[in-house]
Amino acid sequence: MEHSITLVVNGTKVSRQVEPREHLIDFLREKIGLTGSHAGCEHGVCGACTLRVDGQIVRGCLMLAVQANGCRVDTVEGLSDSKEIAKLQKAFHEHNALQCGFCTPGMLLAAQDLILQSEKPTREEIRNHISGNYCRCTGYQAIVDAIEEVVNGSR
Amino acid sequence: MGRAELPLHAPGTKLERGYIGRSVPRPNAKRLLQGRGAYVDDLRLPRLAHVVFYRSPHAHARIKKLQFEKSLKCEGVIGIFSGKDISQYCTPWVGVLAHLKGIKSPPQHAVAIDRACWQGEAVAAVVAETRAQAEDALGLIEVQWEELPVVMDMEASLSGKEVIHKELGDNICFARAHDTGGVDEAFARADVVVEETFEFGRHTGVCLETRSILADYNAAEHSLTVYHSTQAPHMMQDIFSRHLDIPEASVRVIARDVGGSFGIKVHVYPDEMATAALSVMLRRPVKFVADRLESFATDIHAREHKVKIRLAATRAGEILAFDLDDLTAIGPYSVYPRTSGIEGNQVVNLTGGPYKHQKYRAKLNVVFTNKNVTCQYRAVGHPIAVALTEGIVDKAAAKLGMDPAEFRRRNLIADEAYPYTFPSGVKFEKLSHHKCLNLLLEKMHYQELRQEQIQLREKNIFRGIGLAAMIEVTNPSPAFYGVGGARISAQDGATLRLEPTGMVTVMCSVTEQGQGTEGIFAQIAASAVGVSLDKVRVITGDTATTPYGGGTWASRGAGIGGEAVLQSGRALRSNMLDIAAAILQLDKNELDIADDSVVHRVTQEKKLPLEELGRVAYFRPDTLPMDFQAELTVTRHYTPRQYGFTFTNGIQASLVEVDVDTGFVKLLKHWCVEDSGTVINPMLVDEQLRGGVVQGIGAALYEECLYSPEGQLLNGNMADYLVPMAAEMPDIVCAHVETPTLQSQLGAKGVGEAGTAGAPGAVMNAINDALAPLNVRVTAMPFTPERILKALAKV
Repeated sequence: MEHSITLVVNGTKVSRQVEPREHLIDFLREKIGLTGSHAGCEHGVCGACTLRVDGQIVRGCLMLAVQANGCRVDTVEGLSDSKEIAKLQKAFHEHNALQCGFCTPGMLLAAQDLILQSEKPTREEIRNHISGNYCRCTGYQAIVDAIEEVVNGSR
Repeated sequence: MGRAELPLHAPGTKLERGYIGRSVPRPNAKRLLQGRGAYVDDLRLPRLAHVVFYRSPHAHARIKKLQFEKSLKCEGVIGIFSGKDISQYCTPWVGVLAHLKGIKSPPQHAVAIDRACWQGEAVAAVVAETRAQAEDALGLIEVQWEELPVVMDMEASLSGKEVIHKELGDNICFARAHDTGGVDEAFARADVVVEETFEFGRHTGVCLETRSILADYNAAEHSLTVYHSTQAPHMMQDIFSRHLDIPEASVRVIARDVGGSFGIKVHVYPDEMATAALSVMLRRPVKFVADRLESFATDIHAREHKVKIRLAATRAGEILAFDLDDLTAIGPYSVYPRTSGIEGNQVVNLTGGPYKHQKYRAKLNVVFTNKNVTCQYRAVGHPIAVALTEGIVDKAAAKLGMDPAEFRRRNLIADEAYPYTFPSGVKFEKLSHHKCLNLLLEKMHYQELRQEQIQLREKNIFRGIGLAAMIEVTNPSPAFYGVGGARISAQDGATLRLEPTGMVTVMCSVTEQGQGTEGIFAQIAASAVGVSLDKVRVITGDTATTPYGGGTWASRGAGIGGEAVLQSGRALRSNMLDIAAAILQLDKNELDIADDSVVHRVTQEKKLPLEELGRVAYFRPDTLPMDFQAELTVTRHYTPRQYGFTFTNGIQASLVEVDVDTGFVKLLKHWCVEDSGTVINPMLVDEQLRGGVVQGIGAALYEECLYSPEGQLLNGNMADYLVPMAAEMPDIVCAHVETPTLQSQLGAKGVGEAGTAGAPGAVMNAINDALAPLNVRVTAMPFTPERILKALAKV
């Protein structure tokens, strides 16, 4: 039994038929073609599927597509095109705060969330905020450096 | 043999080293930052089918009956196949190598036929139109099992009471003994003898992108294109060709973006072979993406070792001998084609490696068990060898009442002693242990930290400082695999092409896994040719377009692939200057290339823009002399041969604080001084070190694949298997000594594994240093709060 859902993805209104069991991350990847967000563990631990739904970051593998009916969903592709995370992307690039890049879209969304909600986070607060996003390549230091630079530079 | 030959251009000019030694960001990272990567699961092909696997719930059991009737009726199911079905299309393999004398392993099939030998081994494959449909059908497969006795403990395996593969006679996959002679005499005359048994937890790579493969068979051509998350496209091309009986040149393996590999993705996996076979069987593209639970149960594990080690020293602090006995368990099969004997072999080769003792004895037994297979994971054997060595060295220093840094200083091989042959037989070209030790102690303010430590102990704060000196195998020659009969290339090739507009395209057989290979190849190519970095494009990871080569493993990308790029770049520059000389009617020796232009070698006066050179060469060669043919595509290959391996060296230090009430270890800071030869991009090198250190910290503190006595993996998911997270990790200070290898012009050695090699030993020593006032030691990794509290007799 499929359900009809309508949502705004990266500013564009889309309607699709989905199965009740379909996860938001799979819906975006398979039905909308937004492969920038990744499914890393499919049980809500690694953070590679981090998305923004109505302004809140969520795990795309723990939310069902039907739950996003009527919501505004933003992904790394949308935030790249709107340039909302351009400073973060530049800082990540310059610090080499990514290697394989698989965790990066989720990491960027988590970092942007911190920037939006916190006045001037300390290094420790940055580390805590991204501790729900696994990175197996960098050891995290360059990511913390990059976020810290944006936090200090933009305020 | 060549010799180190930087500078690249006229000495003293700004071009002397070009981009070599500069921290430029990786061009290819921008794509990944915008979510525009192309990992296997991102690809969309028409008529794509999805495969999922029915996996054994038992560690050891005979398959009595497989019933697919109910599952075949499910919507979307294309086919369900047993091991026997798939074996008609994919031949089995045996993971042995000729130079590991006596190594044995039974034939392994893509999908198990009569018997499953570990929990997670695939016994049936379901192909459907969607993955969800395939998983629905999977739930309706019925299997009747006859459980068989399991061998879980390595000592029980060694005893051979229960033999897993009866036809092999015993459970010993591989055994090795090394003895310089004179070891017993050295121990007899020693003033101090220390002994310890260290245990290392089995752990795994946890790549964020799970293993992924999309195989696309074209029946009309009898050709196969495989999009594969792999480190070694050419090796896999050979293997698909051989086991699926498709001509080698009709198999194309493409590795686009790879979401982390760390050695996990350089092996032959049965389910991936089955996926390729299913594409042939079904004559359509088939994709397999492991889920996280499958990753834990079937990605290679590594490092399950138990080692007894002894050290003999004089009262004056001179190490006389090491003696060790290593027992390691590898699961039920030696992994193809690299074998599961290499890790233990490395422990024998490398233990004691930084020191100048002359007597050395090592014994190794590699045994089968009914757990998942183990094989080469980042820093193969090194973390064990380093932790063993440095753990027992610290114990000896303590017994002698000597400062651990001073004890090391007395025993590290002198920086002037090279070339040097270590008692295990490995040869070192040139190492810099003392320079690295001195730099480390200076960077970390060692003496001040020791003072602070003493003061804090009075306040019942238990801080510890741990050192770990290391050597690392990099730039492997054919001695690693080729001599043993494995079709694994030790050479790599690079093709450089000047485009008509003056841009340079680089095609290299070393792959990009995120470590920055493509970035440094662009730096080397730009430097060697004389163009700006923005004029270079790099292509890797495609057997159809790059020269043949080994890919990414054993820290070989920069040292081997980079050298091929350098030599190819120099050859291209020479050919470009031939054309410029013909156009300008000048002597070639008066010319060089700089800033995207042909220039006068001495005055640097601009003579000819490269786009003009390209225009003439490609579109108006009629204006060139009749007997002149421009050659603007050049290929060069490089194989290290003078030494079996180009060893690097380094030293790490860890500063920790142990909470003796909770058993928690707080990592305060970590230092790594490394000599990886010529540093091409300092930022990328530091990031390799840091990432490696953090994986090593994972091994020391968090990571272990835990099995029940029945062979059930107990923590095979990300929630229960801990990996390092941002909040717990320390800042890591990196520093470098540069001793270029003289075997190549570039002089680069590998750096991908140093961090992982040394960090577990450094952290272990720091914890034991913190606990020293309480007279307890911990020796079994990972050092969980529970283990520390047990050592303190608090639980």
